[in-house]
Amino acid sequence: MQKLIKDGEIVENTWTLMAKPETDASSVEIASGQIIVPLSVWLAQKTQLQSRKDIGVWLDSDETADQIASDVKTLPLIAVNFPLFMDGRAFSTAKLLRDRFGFTGELRAIGNLMRDQLCYLRRCGVNAFAFSNPEVKLEDAVKSLNDFNEYYQASVDQPLPLFRRRA
Amino acid sequence: MYVYDDYDHKILRQRVAQFRDQTDRFLAGDLPPEQFLPLRLQNGLYVQRLAPMLRINVPYGMLNSTQLRRLAHIARHYDKGYAHVSTRQNIQFNWPDLTEVPDILAELAEVQMHGTQSSGNCIRNTTSDQFAGVAEDEIIDPRPYCEIIRQWSSFHPEFAFLPRKFKIAVTGSTQDRAAVQVHDIGLQIVVTDSGQIGFKVYVGGGLGRTPVIGSVIREFLPEEDLLSYLEAILRIYNLQGRRDNKYKARIKILVRALTPEVFAQQVEAEWQYLKDGNNKLLQAEIDRAKSFFTAPAYEKFDDQQVQAAVNAQAKESVAFTKWLQRNVRNHKIAGYAAVTLSLKPTGVAPGDVTDTQLEKIADLADQYSFGEARTTHEQNIVLADVKKLDLFSLWQECKSAGFATPNIGTITDMICCPGGDFCSLANAKSIPIAEAIQRQFDDMDYVYDLGDIDLNISGCMNACGHHHVGHIGILGVDKSGKEFYQVQLGGSASNDASLGVVLGPSFGAEDMPEVIQKLVNVFVENRTDEELFIDTYRRIGVAPFKERVYAKAN
Repeated sequence: MQKLIKDGEIVENTWTLMAKPETDASSVEIASGQIIVPLSVWLAQKTQLQSRKDIGVWLDSDETADQIASDVKTLPLIAVNFPLFMDGRAFSTAKLLRDRFGFTGELRAIGNLMRDQLCYLRRCGVNAFAFSNPEVKLEDAVKSLNDFNEYYQASVDQPLPLFRRRA
Repeated sequence: MYVYDDYDHKILRQRVAQFRDQTDRFLAGDLPPEQFLPLRLQNGLYVQRLAPMLRINVPYGMLNSTQLRRLAHIARHYDKGYAHVSTRQNIQFNWPDLTEVPDILAELAEVQMHGTQSSGNCIRNTTSDQFAGVAEDEIIDPRPYCEIIRQWSSFHPEFAFLPRKFKIAVTGSTQDRAAVQVHDIGLQIVVTDSGQIGFKVYVGGGLGRTPVIGSVIREFLPEEDLLSYLEAILRIYNLQGRRDNKYKARIKILVRALTPEVFAQQVEAEWQYLKDGNNKLLQAEIDRAKSFFTAPAYEKFDDQQVQAAVNAQAKESVAFTKWLQRNVRNHKIAGYAAVTLSLKPTGVAPGDVTDTQLEKIADLADQYSFGEARTTHEQNIVLADVKKLDLFSLWQECKSAGFATPNIGTITDMICCPGGDFCSLANAKSIPIAEAIQRQFDDMDYVYDLGDIDLNISGCMNACGHHHVGHIGILGVDKSGKEFYQVQLGGSASNDASLGVVLGPSFGAEDMPEVIQKLVNVFVENRTDEELFIDTYRRIGVAPFKERVYAKAN
């Protein structure tokens, strides 16, 4: 299975990403093992899936953090999808999941993100990065996580803006 | 002006290193062109018709002489010996070599300059009033707030991949010289009766394909809430702005779709979560920002006395008198004046300036204006703090350097985008049209008699030349491979902001000087004593202009 970057390390990916169902989300069957299900499936089958500890949920870029807000305390993993790397909604969604809704589990960026977005995504609270493009060299990409280590803005990684820290 | 500390330098150095690595990876084939595209844009680098174009931010138009000399060096060493002042107060180089751009950015970083977010779908350079800090009608100097916004918006992790570009302008005067109503966010500084400083917030204005005057979504935003409120607006836009069609992706489309009222409610709701958070500005930070924009060491003058001396000089020279009338404006400090150096002599592309001219501006700034200069969105240069007693000698130096064309605010001081000569987006050329009109209006006495006329030219509907808000606006269009020009009348970017109305069918390039002449003739025949072009137009309407221009020859 393809590896990913998590907390700055290159690690095995133990989770399987489930595609959006073509049929009814409430009747589609969920395999066993660690599965990241689409939001629609989670919402339709929440009652059954809640008891499982190996279910994560992924949000597409047109799905919003508040749709999963009531579940963030129990979910071990939430993923935010980049259908295209230019679609920057995941940055806001990640920030809201962390800052507003208090999600503390693995927050994973998936899809067509690019290496040069890693630092900003990390600042928005994303701690795992799974590129859909298998050609991305993770040992190179990981370097972009720390393109910056000083910032003007408050964000998830540094809750104080520079103007509150400036000597 | 603002001076970088170690933090600012460190952050900018990290950016330069990041872009150098990205450029290296692109050149080595490790970074695909489609991924390099947004990265280079966010560092100011376009790929244009003939060569790359590099856009350097001039934060709210402020430059010092050291920066001007560095820009001159870059024009000479890396470019073809000239630069261009853009309609958003920035400096553009038209001929840099892609492989040298990281070196250019490193050289600029040494003098506290950069191309960060001067392009791309992100928060762009914040613009302001070129007479900030010296205007007689100023309520509060907007520049400290611009600097606070610059720092907050630079390398913002959440808002670097917005649906589309995002422009913020701030004004602190009664007369709006920053065109705040045609920006994505326009901030008008307001002071309450009790002395509290804050902002009237406009949102969703803009030019481009769908020109819109901004809507007020908040009458008064206290100054300490500036950043948290901007964050609320940007987050709603980032999450809800359209991404399916780039021509419908600006915030103005979202504001219109939701209605300004609903958009305002959503911003207020989001802001409730943010307003008491860490982004709430501290008075110490506002004071720190303001400490960089204090008054320079002005000398004390008796204004009447120095004015009498200037008047005596003016009596001796008609040319100096004209320059005083058009290119010099009042200053809030007795004995001082603000001087505009015209970058619009006939025959030079509007806003173009050579390397030696940049150095000359630096020298003039050092000698006459405390070492600082400003770029204007009308594509000129301002020396904001000139002693009236120095005006005559400054004028003589401007004459020999080519800056003394006494046409500021007139029909020949036009705003003009680079157009089809340079820009790959353009449908038509704009610079030759500007020149042809300047040649048509070569009688300066006649031009003075016409008074203030804003003539704005864009080479395509992206409207970099702000044609929608020109009293006379010209838009280049392409008709089956041939260049034509559409004329609009009645636009304004000022307090009474309005969008121009299309006159009718477009004209060929060769007809343009005569068409503009006819429009001006209608104005001259109908004006009352005190009226400017825009006043007459608003009184008599478009019909008489239309009739004259489209009249069949007998």
